[in-house]
Amino acid sequence: MAFELTRDISTLKSYARSIRMNSIKMLTEAGSGHPGGSLSAADVVAALLFGVMKHDPANPKWEQRDRFIMSKGHCIPAWYSALAAAGYFGEDELINLRKFGSPLQGHPDRMRLDALEASTGSLGQGLSIALGMAMAGKMDNASWRVYCMIGDGEAQEGQIWEAVMAAPKFKLNNLTVILDNNNGQIDGYVEDVMPLTPIDAKFRSFNWHVIAINGHDMEQILKALDEAQAAQDRPTLIWAKTLKGKGVSFMENQVGWHGKAPSVEQREQALVELAQS
Amino acid sequence: MATKATRQSFGEALVDVGAQYPNVVVMDADLSKSTMSCLFAEKYPDRFFEFGIAEANMIGAGAGMALAGKIPFVCSFACFITGRFDTIRMSVGYTHSNVKIVGTHAGIGIGEDGHSQMGLEDIALMRTIPGMIVIQPADERETKQAVEFAAAHGGPVYLRLTRQKLPDVNGDDYKFECGKGVQLAEGSDLTIFATGGTTHHALKAKDLLSNQGVDARVVNIASLKPMDEELVVRCAKETGCLFTVEDHSIIGGLGSAVAEIAAEKYPVPVKRWGILDVFGQSGSPDGLYTEYKIDAHGIAEAAAEFYKSVKK
Repeated sequence: MAFELTRDISTLKSYARSIRMNSIKMLTEAGSGHPGGSLSAADVVAALLFGVMKHDPANPKWEQRDRFIMSKGHCIPAWYSALAAAGYFGEDELINLRKFGSPLQGHPDRMRLDALEASTGSLGQGLSIALGMAMAGKMDNASWRVYCMIGDGEAQEGQIWEAVMAAPKFKLNNLTVILDNNNGQIDGYVEDVMPLTPIDAKFRSFNWHVIAINGHDMEQILKALDEAQAAQDRPTLIWAKTLKGKGVSFMENQVGWHGKAPSVEQREQALVELAQS
Repeated sequence: MATKATRQSFGEALVDVGAQYPNVVVMDADLSKSTMSCLFAEKYPDRFFEFGIAEANMIGAGAGMALAGKIPFVCSFACFITGRFDTIRMSVGYTHSNVKIVGTHAGIGIGEDGHSQMGLEDIALMRTIPGMIVIQPADERETKQAVEFAAAHGGPVYLRLTRQKLPDVNGDDYKFECGKGVQLAEGSDLTIFATGGTTHHALKAKDLLSNQGVDARVVNIASLKPMDEELVVRCAKETGCLFTVEDHSIIGGLGSAVAEIAAEKYPVPVKRWGILDVFGQSGSPDGLYTEYKIDAHGIAEAAAEFYKSVKK
């Protein structure tokens, strides 16, 4: 039976909060990983899995499911947290993130977890896989859609732009890409490392339908995801402006928190802040 | 003896598997008239996708197609397509997507275009990916069967094809078998292992060696991964030394595959012959085979020298 979706804003916000809290817990337990981008992605992830996508936790390979690919694979803790909350596996599995033999690999491995659509982690590749899936869906006149989340740092990869060039050619209105524009990457701010501004204009010039939103505003996220479904002849980019480390004061907009696990003390502080958010 | 470029045979075979498998789709990166995937495009325009000069995205999209139930053949020159190694390793290999990667224009046999267009490292690269099957056919019959195998096999396959025409080396009753090599000619002094463009030269080299009193066995290896370990060991036991020849770098290709098995299972002297850790260059295909000494004369000369050094 398909997962029962909700459009209740406070419920979706509560899912997002839970995704953030679980991401912090798993990363602390793992002792390594990427909190900044998991926290920036949490609201969009919650809206997708609990508000928009057709899926069935009891049947992860349901043919009619919508597909999601976390192209910025290092932010997979947010998606693992959401999958657990949806019932794909028990929440107690989350603490096994990054441990030997765990289905929750540091970067997603679809062969170890049925609920994953692709193995990603080498940046720039997930979008092409999403594009191929959307093409196959078109060939079969399928009703399912493909969602793909990319990062702004990730958009420095050339393969991203190969896919951006191709998707409008194949008229993939069944493909929605969410750009989690959190402005940070390992070596610093994206604008210092390798600027991408104006990224919306770049996508528009490649003939994408572009919707700019605040990626932490649940109403805007839902509206954009609905609008993308209505696109007639082209793929949609949801340009989600986000805050790296969103919800944890000492992580927000700190690029140092791209790829560093919190200490136990930091975890406790973060959980207190998130619980009050 | 019929001669046909394996890419031409490939194009024809694709049309055949297209009829047999409705889920077969073909993708190319602006080289469909060279890879001969254009034959499929003419027959099945709705199942052919032109990706332009953007191989990485084509490979990744192939992975996505495969994950949604299609059987994609992604085609380009061997050098360009395996040059997108990270995309193949991640989106095809690690993702276990059922993608058939086709690299044509393998080796110095392409001739005048020169090094930049020559796939000379592709076997080495593809062999390192867990689960990847690597096949290089040596004639039309083998190519068609290899394409049929690739379509039927549920998993990633790398198919390496030549630009130049190749004469038949296999008999009418030939059946391609993944993981099996084929002894084309009997011999007791040494075994020559060949693959793809060098196989028919190896057969001629056998005659030249025979004139020098060396009785060479000739084995064609189309299945480079998995390799026919049993056959390599048997040849090592029966002929005492092994010589390999390929239109590919001697690092990581057929020679390495044979040497790995011999070293671990039945150590005997092995000589790897082919492109000797140097770049290719422009020239006629036949002229280059002569210059790089992988034509019949070059193979016979190198094999005779090896045999003398081993058996004296």
